[in-house]
Amino acid sequence: MDTIQIVLLVVFVVAAIVGYLIINRIPSLLHTPLMSGTNALSGITILGALVATAVAVKSSSPVGGYIFGSLAIVLAMINVAGGFIVTDRMLRMFDGKDKENESND
Amino acid sequence: MNRTINFLLVLPDTAYYVICGALALIVLIGISLMSKVKTAVLGNRLSALAMAAAIVVTLLKYEILPDWVLYIGIALGFLIGLWLAVKVKMIEMPQLVALFNGLGGAASAIVGFFAYLGIGAGDDLFSRITALLAIAIGAITFFGSMIAAGKLHKLINQKPIILPFHTGITVLLLVLTAAYTVFAVIPAFSGMPTLNAVALTIIATLFGIVFTVRVGGADMPITISLLNSLSGVAGAIAGLAIGDLLLVIVGAIVGASGLLLTRIMCRSMNRHLSAILLGKTTASVVTEASAAAAKPEAEKTDEKPAASPLEAMREAKNVIIVPGYGMAVAQAQHLVRDLAERFRANGATVKFAIHPVAGRMPGHMNVLLCEAGVDYEDLYEMSDINDDFAGADLTVIVGANDVVNPAARDTVGTPISGMPILNADHCPRIVIFNYDMKPGYAGVENPLYRREEGVWLVMGDAAETLKDILNKW
Repeated sequence: MDTIQIVLLVVFVVAAIVGYLIINRIPSLLHTPLMSGTNALSGITILGALVATAVAVKSSSPVGGYIFGSLAIVLAMINVAGGFIVTDRMLRMFDGKDKENESND
Repeated sequence: MNRTINFLLVLPDTAYYVICGALALIVLIGISLMSKVKTAVLGNRLSALAMAAAIVVTLLKYEILPDWVLYIGIALGFLIGLWLAVKVKMIEMPQLVALFNGLGGAASAIVGFFAYLGIGAGDDLFSRITALLAIAIGAITFFGSMIAAGKLHKLINQKPIILPFHTGITVLLLVLTAAYTVFAVIPAFSGMPTLNAVALTIIATLFGIVFTVRVGGADMPITISLLNSLSGVAGAIAGLAIGDLLLVIVGAIVGASGLLLTRIMCRSMNRHLSAILLGKTTASVVTEASAAAAKPEAEKTDEKPAASPLEAMREAKNVIIVPGYGMAVAQAQHLVRDLAERFRANGATVKFAIHPVAGRMPGHMNVLLCEAGVDYEDLYEMSDINDDFAGADLTVIVGANDVVNPAARDTVGTPISGMPILNADHCPRIVIFNYDMKPGYAGVENPLYRREEGVWLVMGDAAETLKDILNKW
């Protein structure tokens, strides 16, 4: 392990503790949007997908790298975009104003 | 790489670290703003903004901004995500969240795969172990979420599917996953990386499937929340593998927050996480057996020569409504809102009592009722309303059972014993809208159904029975 890896591990632990503390204050009323919002954030893995794909397309087997890399980018981006948009929809509904016209079916 | 293009766009390391810190802070602020309805929209948008910035910063940092091939995937993913998010009905929210969550897990697994093959990551032990962990956790998240989404969308049998020696198999697969992660980094065996990565994916996939197929009904919110946490962990570990700071920070925040949410829910159901993971659901087995036993006696209460449920409802001045999963199944949330308005038109006060694990996802009832136009300020958490039941003159229960079952408080040794419940039984008059007399998911008979005084049972699909009541009002 080099220094950067140790730093990353420390960051991992600190971020986890902070995340843990912050959630404690959120009422169960908002648990669904909270879950859906943090779920969108877990699509942050798109960063890894972007970097890996960029490297892979320049490697010895660019086609396989491109296919799998793009797949990862698409999947992560669905998670990110869909997650944030759907959370926004839900929260605006909670707030009452700007109410959507959901059909009553 | 074209030097002239990148000349202005290269990001110095110091600036990168400062930006990472700032973005992490914005994400934390965003999440904490989600603790209040008024600020939650802003919080979510802040998080989204931080995410967009993180993508741009990463493209700059790794000098891949001009790699146009990346943008095809980004655009495609964005459009699919947008389409799904706009199209979905609120009732389908649990499965959509599970689906999105699974996709994120799959992406992390692929990143782990690349990293294990040395693409985007170093060739050292730390990178390889974390890469393998990312593959394993990512695969578990993906397949677990797909099974959960399939169950919620009724593509797969919603009842727990139990294999012979299910607990044994679950434990074995978990141990195998861990063992293989270690095995695959031993130098003697790491000569065939693709094979190792594929084998690990298969084992982890099996674990993900085996552990979720036996989850049914009431354990679903906890499972969804746990999978949500895992997708964050998978991302963070993929970040460790490729040495990406932002990925580690945000992934860890999501992982930890999901884990806490899972624990909060376990506590409100009086369940141990390990029991859910390893499937010690005594509950599902009992359901069928005691269902028959509950039936005969209960018919009597229907005959009670007191006022009709309708009269009881008309007379009420202080009403508490308890919604449950049955309301979601019957899609009766709009009718429940109409009912609340009738009460109010009569000069009654109406409050909604929301049990923390009512429904199939944390906060499920709140979403449905808000969709129907119920003011969120009328929705009360269990701890805030439990003392009010005794003072209310009517409690209306719509499609809830276990969460108001006094057996949880009064009887020892049942699957729900010790689970905090809504004290609906403290209320002098109760009208219960429920599909049938069967015990709830936990399989424990509900003494409320046999109470002689002041309980009216209205059996049938909640949408129909409520419509009927509203018509007669």
